[in-house]
Amino acid sequence: MKKTNKRGSFIALICVILMLALVVVLENTVPFTSMLFTVLKKGAVYALVVVSMNLLNGFTGLFSLGQAGFMLLGAYTYAIFTIPSDVRDSVFYLFGGSALHISFPEMFESVFGSTGVGGAISLILGVLLALILAGLVAAFFAYLIGLPVLRLKSDYLAIATLGFAEIIRAVFQWDKLGPVTNGANMLKSFPSFTSFNLKDAGGHVVLRLSTLVPFVVATLCIFLIVLLINSSYGRAFKAIREDEVAAEAMGINLFKHKQLSFCISSFFAGVGGALLAMYSNQVQAKVFTAAMTYELLLIVVIGGIGSVSGSCIAAFLYIAASEWWLRGLDENPFLGIDAPAVFRVGLRLVVFSVIIMIVVLFFRRGIMGDRELPDLFRRHKKAAKEVAK
Amino acid sequence: MLKIEDLRVNYGGIEAVKGITFEVPDKSIVTLIGANGAGKSTTLRTIAGLVKPRTGKITLDGEEITGKAPNYIVSKGITLVPEGRRVFPDLTVLENLKIGAYLRKDSLTKDLDSIYELFPRLKERSWQAAGTLSGGEQQMLAVGRALMSRPKIMMMDEPSLGLAPLVVKGIFDIIREINRQGVTILLIEQNANMALHTADLAYVLETGRIMLSGSGDEVLKNEQVKKAYLG
Repeated sequence: MKKTNKRGSFIALICVILMLALVVVLENTVPFTSMLFTVLKKGAVYALVVVSMNLLNGFTGLFSLGQAGFMLLGAYTYAIFTIPSDVRDSVFYLFGGSALHISFPEMFESVFGSTGVGGAISLILGVLLALILAGLVAAFFAYLIGLPVLRLKSDYLAIATLGFAEIIRAVFQWDKLGPVTNGANMLKSFPSFTSFNLKDAGGHVVLRLSTLVPFVVATLCIFLIVLLINSSYGRAFKAIREDEVAAEAMGINLFKHKQLSFCISSFFAGVGGALLAMYSNQVQAKVFTAAMTYELLLIVVIGGIGSVSGSCIAAFLYIAASEWWLRGLDENPFLGIDAPAVFRVGLRLVVFSVIIMIVVLFFRRGIMGDRELPDLFRRHKKAAKEVAK
Repeated sequence: MLKIEDLRVNYGGIEAVKGITFEVPDKSIVTLIGANGAGKSTTLRTIAGLVKPRTGKITLDGEEITGKAPNYIVSKGITLVPEGRRVFPDLTVLENLKIGAYLRKDSLTKDLDSIYELFPRLKERSWQAAGTLSGGEQQMLAVGRALMSRPKIMMMDEPSLGLAPLVVKGIFDIIREINRQGVTILLIEQNANMALHTADLAYVLETGRIMLSGSGDEVLKNEQVKKAYLG
């Protein structure tokens, strides 16, 4: 059994490396204005957030709807700590400048220098530190909220976490916090995915890496989540999902494990929120609505509750369908779709909703159920063995 | 030795256990019998720490464990095989067993081997989801899962519930075998006949109080018990 496990992880590693290489090759061969990259970037970010939501809702069985709130915390934390000091005042001009004057990339620039390789290292370290801090802030708030809220069950927990997300959104738009959060206005000018494109001295892009960045971060985070799920903690989470009383009788501390799952899920939601900020080049609290959480929940359900690979596949399919493939219904003829002008602007969402309904009707347990990608191959092998007997 | 002194427990708004005192000597099989609502399950759940008692004292080998958290009580060597088996249906048999040993950090290979020896069926089905097992197999799994924590005392809540007579006999054979290996058994049953034939010591519970106690055979011969529980 050990041997096959090792071989399995080896194959997985090769697949991941191939995927990352493919992303780099694609971005440097296909015109960078193609919608493909929008889909890939946003898809990678959504994959991470959806997997983190699945960890909580699918694996631990806690029906929480606070995801958008934690993403907001992560996005703001990232933005506030990475906006360069020279543009800070122009971003916060309505509030007479920013209250905080820390910019992580600049902090590292004072050590490594701001040009050439030193500049690249400062950027990477600065962004990395900000991403981690974004996750930690989200996890910290999850801890505080978890203390009262995790004593609730199912629908009640969902309502409480949804309420929290709305409160956070309102607080971040509050004028009095303007010097820190810029009130209801957007935060911008922080390092985004395109900052990672390699440029020559003349400012021309030599190697595009802007799609690779979200892929690397999301892959790493999802890998960590998978490790957690396969550990004894992951088993305890699943036990809680299946039967709380039996889990407690086996000596699993219910509250401690729920809290742990909630904080870890929120940590990755925070990182995902920060990535979403990088993707869209700006942060504004009004984006992180309950509708976003529902969208994420929908992807979890489509992918399969309790399946990491299902969540990833569904995230990319969902983003591709909503942002790219169905465009022809709304705008100019696209991909052979040309909707009559009467239906223009709006038909896309109608068709999209119908597709989702069909998917949910015909894949009751989502695309993957609670299986993972490797299980599909394994089942074939087992069946073959059975026949051989 | 597990000692319960003057235990009173409120459960669901009523006093389910009204001051009971009994002992579970080491390496014995002890049974609590009684009708529905006599307070048997509540007593076990209180010992396991799932329910907090109103008053009374529970001591294990001289240490008081009244009202402690369930994980502490499991780590002290008392586990509960809950009523209705309650295996984790979507987890595999092996995962179920591993969760039984959740609080242990040492190697599980030896324990898994001995449990598979006790229940060869579980080994055959170790990769199957527990929810797809038959009722009897699920009961075996629930017992195996409890054994994975290396208990000193295993408490069983109605192990024969909903099982065919032949399967019930098998379960009781296994209870005796586990006891022979040195595990104390505290058993509650509605199937009084089977339980009394197996037990070294029996207590008869009626609406939250102990009405009668004695060795299994003594209780079996008691006229009142015969009338009320054996038919």
